[in-house]
Amino acid sequence: MTVESTAARTSRRSAGSKAGTSGTKAAGTTGTKGTTRTTARKAAAAKGAEPGLVQLLTPEGKRVKNAEYDKYVSGITADDLRGLYRDMVLTRRFDAEATALQRQGELGLWASLLGQEAAQIGSGRALRDDDYVFPTYREHGVAWCRGVDPTNLLGMFRGVNNGGWDPNGNNFHLYTIVIGSQTLHATGYAMGVAKDGADSAVIAYFGDGASSQGDVAESFTFSAVYNAPVVFFCQNNQWAISEPTEKQTRVPLYQRAQGYGFPGVRVDGNDVLATLAVTRWALERARAGEGPTLVEAYTYRMGAHTTSDDPTRYRHDDERAAWEAKDPLLRLRRHLEAAHHADEGFFAELEAESETLGKRVREAVRAMPDPDHFAIFENVYADGHALVDEERAQFAAYQASFADAEGV
Amino acid sequence: MAEKMALAKAINESLRRALEADPKVLVMGEDVGKLGGVFRVTDGLQKDFGDSRVIDTPLAESGIVGTAIGLALRGYRPVVEIQFDGFVFPAYDQIVTQLAKMHARSLGKVKMPVVVRIPYGGGIGAVEHHSESPEALFAHVAGLKIVSPSNASDAYWMMQQAIQSDDPVIYFEPKRRYWDKAEVDTEAIPAPLHRAQVVREGTDLTLAAYGPMVKLCQEAAAAAAEEGKSLEVLDLRSVSPLDFDSVQASVEKTRRLVVVHEAPVFFGSGAEIAARITERCFYHLEAPVLRVGGYHAPYPPARLEESYLPDLDRVLDAVDRSLAY
Ligand SMILES: Cc1ncc(C[n+]2csc(CCOP(=O)(O)OP(=O)(O)O)c2C)c(N)n1
Repeated sequence: MTVESTAARTSRRSAGSKAGTSGTKAAGTTGTKGTTRTTARKAAAAKGAEPGLVQLLTPEGKRVKNAEYDKYVSGITADDLRGLYRDMVLTRRFDAEATALQRQGELGLWASLLGQEAAQIGSGRALRDDDYVFPTYREHGVAWCRGVDPTNLLGMFRGVNNGGWDPNGNNFHLYTIVIGSQTLHATGYAMGVAKDGADSAVIAYFGDGASSQGDVAESFTFSAVYNAPVVFFCQNNQWAISEPTEKQTRVPLYQRAQGYGFPGVRVDGNDVLATLAVTRWALERARAGEGPTLVEAYTYRMGAHTTSDDPTRYRHDDERAAWEAKDPLLRLRRHLEAAHHADEGFFAELEAESETLGKRVREAVRAMPDPDHFAIFENVYADGHALVDEERAQFAAYQASFADAEGV
Repeated sequence: MAEKMALAKAINESLRRALEADPKVLVMGEDVGKLGGVFRVTDGLQKDFGDSRVIDTPLAESGIVGTAIGLALRGYRPVVEIQFDGFVFPAYDQIVTQLAKMHARSLGKVKMPVVVRIPYGGGIGAVEHHSESPEALFAHVAGLKIVSPSNASDAYWMMQQAIQSDDPVIYFEPKRRYWDKAEVDTEAIPAPLHRAQVVREGTDLTLAAYGPMVKLCQEAAAAAAEEGKSLEVLDLRSVSPLDFDSVQASVEKTRRLVVVHEAPVFFGSGAEIAARITERCFYHLEAPVLRVGGYHAPYPPARLEESYLPDLDRVLDAVDRSLAY
């Protein structure tokens, strides 16, 4: 055991007890060896809700009371619940279609959101039109809520563009691949919102792995110092490619916020209702001028990191199985059925709608043209640039030389 | 012992040998442990050397290089992996302002035996930030050494030499050549780390390249040979220091030079080579030094990279233009 890891264990133990975080996974599990501890924590996490985790729907679909957060979903109707379910089903269908299209060679890569639908739909549906979203590269469900045409999300994965939509069209920024960068953009945008005296809010999505990046720490600092109306929405899906969350942090992620001077909360990210409630609360704080909030949506990446990843190299099937029992869609379906909010007809209609969406996506991707070669030189600068003009002309002459040679 | 192996495997074997030989050698990076890295370059190393020598780091490049500097100050020899070219920039500050200058600032008292491995370049159909060639951005900084092997044998030996170097070495791995196999003699006496090598003799023109473009230049030379042109191919191997003597010797023989790299031509390493060779060989040259490389544009989406990247035609076109002078 190295000096560093011993020190980390000690400080973690004291952090856990000092902060009085009785419900956190870190507390009470110190002292065992790293692997044992990890296994124990994973098992505990997979079992179900723990204290400290905001949950409104159990995995069985039972509505549980929550004194603090119930009021944020008190007005919700059966219609709204069916709407949330529909969003999740269609998002999952879209995601499955994209995965299949990658397998068929239509996409170069795909980052699946399987398992994270509730975290994304719950938070996405909490937003107002004038709010602004800064996603990473897996926020297909949030994009859905923003009204971004899902086929637009596929362009960069197909390799025809590096973005694919106008960020200002739906207040949904472009996907960001460099981990953590967008949290600073979100903070800056929120600083602008505050300067303008507007009451919209900004939300930044990122992963548990991203929480290690300096940019994320700096965004926490800036947002706190300038009291920026930004919600940091961390989807802790337990993994950053092959590295479990334990390789990023020794305290529960939501507790980080405390050190920066703003609140952090951990919500059951597989519970769409709880996610909706908690995100609404955080957005309201932002709107009311109370500054940033960190929401940790505790969830699970059911698939591979991306289609080029092989999770069998680093995680066990039984872990996934344990999380499958907490499936976000299943849980809401159970609730809808138990409360007689939805009948067979609803589910059948939704199934048909899913099929139509899948077909539309499939056809749109196959019909997506390769970009014109001159696109390389487009939009490099807003004002133009002599060198780009010169290279474009050389490129054109070079291309033309082939046509000449072929006698076209 | 000579054995045919893929370039990625050669680096793996080389790291293994270094870990065995010196307990101070460490391998660090994102996903380098159980997963063996996203390209499997570190496959099996954690299993055999343990997680205190082959270290999965938090997802933080500045942290990876910054802590490697600290470990080097403490006597370790870290070999860190940056997962892809476009992700080195969070670490750029540490590399440029700290790693590169520590030896000079300490009046030579401190050594920085840190190797930064960066899979670089395009041609694998990836999404953005996964295909860039930022070597010139590092070569411009004094204190850093920049190398890039083009084949498995060099990959093996240059890694050994990079780890043994007391200077920081940025080791650019041509990711699209990871799966190319070549004979690796693990008992050979390798060429010096920063020496260029003639990989094909010729008399009419010199093609100079490094990393992923060497193979392309060899193919171009073979194609040109069918048209009766004799091209010499020089594998530069090291971008900083650059072996201008070898380039000069070749150019004095062939009188023509075309430099090929994937990175944008503008302010690229080809510009430096062209300028120096023009100074050194002005009276030998029959044509201006020409460059083939990327455009002054962001690396394009995958479906356009064939138009962006130097290919056989573009190299041969430059050869024709040079010979036409
Ligand atoms: C700066 C940077 N370093 C490395 C990578 C490569 N990479 C892509 S995704 C990823 C893991 C991200 O994990 P997390 O933040 O938890 O998000 P998740 O993918 O699990 O949603 C890594 C290492 C990157 N994109 N950017």
